[in-house]
Amino acid sequence: MDWIQILSNTAESILSPVTFAFVLASLGLALHFGFAGLLNFGIAGFMAIGAYGYALSILRFGFPWWAGILVSIAAAIVFAILLGAPTLRLRGDYLAIVTIAAAEIARLLFLTNTFDDFTGSASGLFGYHNSFREANPLPDGFYGLGPFSYSSTDWWVRIVGLSLLIVVIWLLWALTRSPWGRVLKGIREDEDAVKALGKNVYAYKMQALIIGGVFGALGGVVYALPSAINPTVYVTSLTFFIWTALLLGGAATVFGPVLGSIIFWVLQAFLTNVLPALTQDGAILEGLTSQQGSTLRFILVGIGLMLIVIYRPQGIRGDKRELTFVK
Amino acid sequence: MSNNEPVKSTGLHIGDAKPGVAKKDPILVADHVTRSFGGLTAVDVEHLEVPRGAITALIGPNGAGKTTFFNLLTGFDTPNTGEMHFDGKSVRGMRSHQIAKLGQVRTFQLTKALSLLTVLENMKLGAGNQLGEGILKSLIPSIWRKQEAEIEERAIELLNRFKLSEKKDDFAASLSGGQRKLLEMARALMTNPSLVMLDEPMAGVNPALTESLLGHVLDLKKEGMTVLFVEHDMHMVRHIADWVVVMAEGKIVAEGPPDSVMEEQAVIDAYLGSHQETDLGVVTGRVDASEGGEKQ
Repeated sequence: MDWIQILSNTAESILSPVTFAFVLASLGLALHFGFAGLLNFGIAGFMAIGAYGYALSILRFGFPWWAGILVSIAAAIVFAILLGAPTLRLRGDYLAIVTIAAAEIARLLFLTNTFDDFTGSASGLFGYHNSFREANPLPDGFYGLGPFSYSSTDWWVRIVGLSLLIVVIWLLWALTRSPWGRVLKGIREDEDAVKALGKNVYAYKMQALIIGGVFGALGGVVYALPSAINPTVYVTSLTFFIWTALLLGGAATVFGPVLGSIIFWVLQAFLTNVLPALTQDGAILEGLTSQQGSTLRFILVGIGLMLIVIYRPQGIRGDKRELTFVK
Repeated sequence: MSNNEPVKSTGLHIGDAKPGVAKKDPILVADHVTRSFGGLTAVDVEHLEVPRGAITALIGPNGAGKTTFFNLLTGFDTPNTGEMHFDGKSVRGMRSHQIAKLGQVRTFQLTKALSLLTVLENMKLGAGNQLGEGILKSLIPSIWRKQEAEIEERAIELLNRFKLSEKKDDFAASLSGGQRKLLEMARALMTNPSLVMLDEPMAGVNPALTESLLGHVLDLKKEGMTVLFVEHDMHMVRHIADWVVVMAEGKIVAEGPPDSVMEEQAVIDAYLGSHQETDLGVVTGRVDASEGGEKQ
């Protein structure tokens, strides 16, 4: 077994745009669920809106790349208002139902053949990179060290992704340590009590839904930055992978989702590389095909999640007095 | 403080003490307020005035509509008909947080401590008009830091008064039931209310804590606040209330100072239950007495 190759592939996932996308989306979910108590099961929908908003405004309307990001943000705000307006006055479970359905509606609208000319339907979108790559200040070439060696284009993707990430982390941190964040946490605990103290609960929930949704959309943008948009990515299981990353790190924390997403992808990358290798002759999983071996990783991730929920329900970074699962 | 007999406010009303009597200086006025759930009329209050600067108790048997009436007054529920004025201002159609902002704060029958916030955070949340609660201003701490320090100072002062300051960094979830009642009341005071509405403040509180809770309620009056509370504990009602309003089957059946109101036949009938064999509907006049009699 080529351990060097396996470890190098694993390490690479730390700086991969997909990991950044997960961190961004799980930070949005942290604001929704961890701080405001909003059950959003449609974060994949926000990501799809972000990705398509970015690519479509470049491909179909000839916008520059940065304007594409602004369009994504605007689209996420509209989507959040559409979801929140009818549901945020109702009990929390209604938001859960509406978000999971709306995310599927969004995905199917992007997937349907009816709008093939516009959305590219099942083949997705590609070839929207010119404007983004032209803005790359790095000279052509290949830079880096060990597993972290990329072309200047790949570095540019990572630099933009990381910059967005830093801005979002700062925003979430600044918002949640402020009195605004305190109101949000109060709403999470009991919104009637907060209403009785004269706070407009509905407005706070809407603000939280919008901001978290924008974070999710930025995740979608970063997902789409390096190569192409594939509509099969934005399925419900993406939502649940992001929930996994969030709960792994700790829902009501700022750095928990960051850590959770990184661990999630490092683990995925490691298992993806190591499990097929273990099915080789003479290794412990001999007898399985390499495909079967690689599928095993979902079983292991599932077991891992169960163990976390049972033994560390507050997540890695969560306050151990604060058991968000057992409320 | 509770060793001294509380000073009762008297002379609050104009004319005879009967349901709907006018007060000299009402802070809260309700007119023709009704609320029905399907066929059941839970609240049907013709007229009620709550006197300013006094402690008013709202009593009545279970199902009398006290809590529903409370919810209507505080905007947590919307009446089918009627008009309500707080401090001379119509609050009809206002939402709960808007009413709260006018200076009318309430507590809940089932205590609502915000469990996973610390005691101090619970308190700070109560303060109104916080600059840092605006989404954009929250990002720049220099805007709200000074106000936050003032709020913290006031919160700690109140926590000292309610003997909770040692718990200030603990999650509210770790408090006992009685301490949560205290915290809820202290948090309500952070809003600087003019009217404090307490929904069963004594429910589930042990006798030792009852004494201190009573003291705190009396202190509110001393500081010039008006108190309206729902309670089943007759001892407390007699002890601290200046005025008692009795509800039964959604209607106000009696009003008056505690000593005299307890003597009234309607109260004895409706609340103390000495006429258990009589239909409550007869007492409130919903059912004709002869018709009620026939059923017996």
